[in-house]
Amino acid sequence: MRLNDLRLPRDPRWLQIAFLASFLTVGLSARDFPLWHAPLIFVAALGTQIAFTRLLRLPDAGLLSPVITSFGLTLLLRTDLLWLPPLAAFLAIASKFLLRVRGRHFVNPANFGLCACMLVTQHAWCSPAQWGEGSLLLLWVLGLGCMVAHRAFRSDVSLAFLGSWILLRAARVLYLGQRAPVLLHQLESGSLLLFTFFMISDPKTTPRGRAARLAFAGCVAALAFALQHVAYARNPIIWALFLCAPLVPLLDWSEEVLASRKEQPCAALYSWPSR
Amino acid sequence: MRRALLLAFALTAAAPRAHAFCGFFVGKADAQLFNKSSQVALVRDGDRTVLTMSNDYQGPLSEFALVVPVPSVLTREQIHIGDRKLLERLDAYSSPRLVEYTDPDPCSLREHAVFPMSMPMAAGSMRSREMTDHAKAMGVTIEAAYTVGEYDILLLSATQSEGLEAWLRESGYRIPAHASRALAPYIKQDMKFFVAKVNLKEQKKAGFQELRPIQIAYESPRFMLPIRLGMANADGPQDLIIYALTRNGRVESSNYQTVKMPSDAEVPEFVQKEFGEFYKAAFARTWKQHAQRAVVTEYFWNMGWCDPCAAPPLQSAELRELGVFWLDAASAPARLRGPAGMPLTLTRLHVRYDAEHFPEDLMFQETGDQQNFQGRYVLNHPFRGEMKCDAREQYLTSVRERRRREATTLAALTGWSAEKIRQRMGPDAPAHVDPWWKTLWK
Repeated sequence: MRLNDLRLPRDPRWLQIAFLASFLTVGLSARDFPLWHAPLIFVAALGTQIAFTRLLRLPDAGLLSPVITSFGLTLLLRTDLLWLPPLAAFLAIASKFLLRVRGRHFVNPANFGLCACMLVTQHAWCSPAQWGEGSLLLLWVLGLGCMVAHRAFRSDVSLAFLGSWILLRAARVLYLGQRAPVLLHQLESGSLLLFTFFMISDPKTTPRGRAARLAFAGCVAALAFALQHVAYARNPIIWALFLCAPLVPLLDWSEEVLASRKEQPCAALYSWPSR
Repeated sequence: MRRALLLAFALTAAAPRAHAFCGFFVGKADAQLFNKSSQVALVRDGDRTVLTMSNDYQGPLSEFALVVPVPSVLTREQIHIGDRKLLERLDAYSSPRLVEYTDPDPCSLREHAVFPMSMPMAAGSMRSREMTDHAKAMGVTIEAAYTVGEYDILLLSATQSEGLEAWLRESGYRIPAHASRALAPYIKQDMKFFVAKVNLKEQKKAGFQELRPIQIAYESPRFMLPIRLGMANADGPQDLIIYALTRNGRVESSNYQTVKMPSDAEVPEFVQKEFGEFYKAAFARTWKQHAQRAVVTEYFWNMGWCDPCAAPPLQSAELRELGVFWLDAASAPARLRGPAGMPLTLTRLHVRYDAEHFPEDLMFQETGDQQNFQGRYVLNHPFRGEMKCDAREQYLTSVRERRRREATTLAALTGWSAEKIRQRMGPDAPAHVDPWWKTLWK
């Protein structure tokens, strides 16, 4: 077999799953990384997906998407209650079918499941620093490498978010007179990596137009920064995406309105009010 | 000029009976100033925080000083001088423990006894107006000045770090050259500085031999400990033990990896005599395994009960003294309450930090985790009585096997060489087995 024959799978989600699995492996190599909730999350997520598809008599969309959501939840959700992981998975998948505006779901499923659980009980939390730092560097390289190599990872939202986030962080470090290692330490966060490549990048839950997507990414970064340094909130990026989700249908709608106006310049002229 | 020592917040090596080091140490080079342990109790619920700071300062009292960034100017009532015993009690209660089990006579099937055994690891000369005017000229404002217990306390705000550094230096605190760099981020975040030094007169009056811990109560949305000041002039890693007392669950760091100390390991019997050495080695190994960047959890448990209890549980008056404000008398643990517990979790975190590996202050979050964890190491004493039955041989084989396992566990935990462990185990050491190739061509 020649090198050219080695093709990446056509569905980019396979690649995402491979990446998430390696993420999980790195997590497991760190100490105190729980895995007991993984089967509960996967079963609940896949079950919910199948149930809703049958109940609403929708065409079968496959199970790759709930698998990705399950990985995201496994990696981010921490709890000491047995019933919470399946609840998070159920809420995540159910949100895809129930929270829809004009035929499109607009909240990121894993993000919604996580935030809903954190709102409901104190027994759900995220541990943003649990991966340890050395191995994370490898994952960053891998993530950015995939981005260059495969279109599925080449998300303008990810880049716009990461760019604005780094800029904001760097500005703060400079303002406080801190040194470069502080910035590096702040960026070496497992949840930031996961968020950038697998949460905010989801094309289904970001605005359709490019300009709107970039604006959305900037909004999430700015809100997260404000949450962290003004409100001193925990897990600011995750909450920022949760809070910004309603912007998605709004931006889509405003873009449609703008586009429709552009298409009919003459009509606009004729409609000028006359006495 | 009066020499002073400016220590930042948590200055000291608290590794069990650990090495000395100098925090934001500004004494003379030859000063034999040892801070053996720095311990902090951090009581927090919502934004309300009570911080108790203690260290084993050993040098001349006239040279002691402490600088802590605080979120606001504290009033006199927000400052209290506590009792050293409080932290000693917390230490004894939560320290890693050794438990021992004695095998029953294999020839009779009596219940075996369990003996929990604890082994605590333990861990102004200027006149005031002149001083104020002078400070103002340097961009430093003395917001308040109190004498509390044996301490003279100033609350400073500053507009620029160089001014603050210069002012501290001129006021008799010997500060390292790059101190302003460490001070600057706190000034930019509009934090104030809590500066304490010993008032020798008051100290004599009070009659205490050791410096008592300073307690401060404040409200702040930031759940953090400023450790960066202490690194400005340190020449090696420093140890800090944090006892976090919270209402809902375990506390972990939100900006550094938090790992649990390996626990529940069975170790050879000789460890009983060298538990301190053993734990130091085991901690150092865990610390290194996580690239010297992790916060190590040594204990978390609901304060309503313990199993085994390394020390008697803290009484309600002691908890109150530590600042646990949300417990009323009825819910306090006059006696152990059983697994139902009480709304109070104690988390013991051990941090060994230096400037390179901990570039930022420690940030924390309270999780809802209400499981329990303790650093617990298990000794198994074999049955040494006379055995007269067929089970004897089988039992002795199992003991040998267990000792081999224990030796391997010990090596993995501490990084000690097999040779060293065999030596310490003496006659109990597992029989040496030649590698397979030794007999291959014989």
